[in-house]
Amino acid sequence: MKALVRSMMVPHRIVLLLIGVAIFGWAIYALDWSWLPEYIQNGLLLKGLWTTIYMLVISWAVGLFLAIWLGLAQAAGPWYLALPAKGFCSVIRGTPLLLQLWFFYYGLGSIFPHFPSIRESWAWEYLRQAWPYALFSLTLSFAGYEGEVMRGAFLGVPKGQLEAARAYGMPRFTILRRIWLPQAVRRVLPTMGGETVLQLKSTPLIATITVLDLYQASLQIRQDTYIIYEPLLLLAVIYLIVTGIIVALFHLVERQVPSKRS
Amino acid sequence: MNWLLGLFEPGHALGLLALDPPGWGGPLLEGLLHTLEVAAGAYIVGTLLGVLGAFGKLYGGPLVKDIAAIYTTAVRAIPELIEILILYYLVPDMVNKVLLSLGRDRIDLPPMLVGTIVLGFVLGAYMTEVLRGAILAVPHGQIEAGRAYGMTPLQIAWRITLPQMLANALPGMANLWLNLTKDTALLAVIGFNELTETSLQAGGTTKAFMLFFTAAGVLYMLISVLSGRLFALAERRARRGQPSLRGGGV
Repeated sequence: MKALVRSMMVPHRIVLLLIGVAIFGWAIYALDWSWLPEYIQNGLLLKGLWTTIYMLVISWAVGLFLAIWLGLAQAAGPWYLALPAKGFCSVIRGTPLLLQLWFFYYGLGSIFPHFPSIRESWAWEYLRQAWPYALFSLTLSFAGYEGEVMRGAFLGVPKGQLEAARAYGMPRFTILRRIWLPQAVRRVLPTMGGETVLQLKSTPLIATITVLDLYQASLQIRQDTYIIYEPLLLLAVIYLIVTGIIVALFHLVERQVPSKRS
Repeated sequence: MNWLLGLFEPGHALGLLALDPPGWGGPLLEGLLHTLEVAAGAYIVGTLLGVLGAFGKLYGGPLVKDIAAIYTTAVRAIPELIEILILYYLVPDMVNKVLLSLGRDRIDLPPMLVGTIVLGFVLGAYMTEVLRGAILAVPHGQIEAGRAYGMTPLQIAWRITLPQMLANALPGMANLWLNLTKDTALLAVIGFNELTETSLQAGGTTKAFMLFFTAAGVLYMLISVLSGRLFALAERRARRGQPSLRGGGV
């Protein structure tokens, strides 16, 4: 903290800081924030934030779980597993997320109703809403991107480690659980913070299929009040804060994991 | 069930994808063209900004360094979709304010121009980081040698730093190009008729969503495969005369 304060005590930084404070003050006084208390009170913004966060957390966790298998299939699997995994990763990484999202929501979503058996089943309650499609395609997208990362991480673990484990007579699954996976995860940890921020930044796309996330909340405010910039600015600030929290969290986790360099 | 099979029946699908008006092949290709145009324009804008940003970050004064740092951090921390929306309203607003204060009439900026500028501005932040890393990888002795010859900073940049960093920068630049072609899809949200938006329109009209999104996906994959090849060729050319990365000589 002291170092931070000292590094800010340079003339041009003080000027920049003052300009920043001035812009902030101007934004508070000159722009129209009269709508803000109402939308905090009726819970629209909070609800949006909650949707954004649970979409991020669930798609992150499930996507990472899938990515481990995708990476493993590509790094060590037989060709009939490696090839589909590689194809899946390239298609996910080669097409826009927006297109994938619309493919599932408009494409799949328009086919389901034609099957009476689906319409009568318990799943229909969920399949007629938008959020399952959003969660599904966000998860697949994260799995695709991370599958590629995990492939590199698995291949990057020194061969000697695996040979040593095999020499100890460990079964294959134990090798994966005790040796291979932990070391691969340690390898991806430094990039994981950045990847998670990228995933956070793709969540507003789900607003295009009517899911009420943070961005959709700001769109509704805009529709109600005809105010363009202020909701968007608030949105940018909230995303900045969430990004900061994610970066700090991963920094904390990274410090917990012992590594040779530190 | 029949209608479903009908969608995948070759004759029906080909009919919908036909180039002439009842089919949507023509608009789809036009959307592809718009995607490529915006992406190419934004790539040029972004690369110029990236060169400025990278040199600013490395060799600029303290103020320039801080401004470049704010630019790259802020742009990379906020979702592209929201940046695009803010700038999409802000840029024409500002242009018109300037025009009005000069006593001219308001103009409507074409969405393609605004999209290009906005995507280029966002890309510039990422490009700055890629180019900064690549410039750092150029051996310092090369730059000192240039200085010893009495070259001006601009000459050093043009003759020594830029050609040598290109080989290091190209893999990162290729990634950014691929991301950019996919980010053009975000312009669909502001109603710009690029590939994704066009395929949504086609799907909405014909109800064959799957067909058109798959077709658009194939086109995007084609872009990414072809441009991957092109960048690999460019990198090989940029690396000619340099020792191979794999150790042994080629």
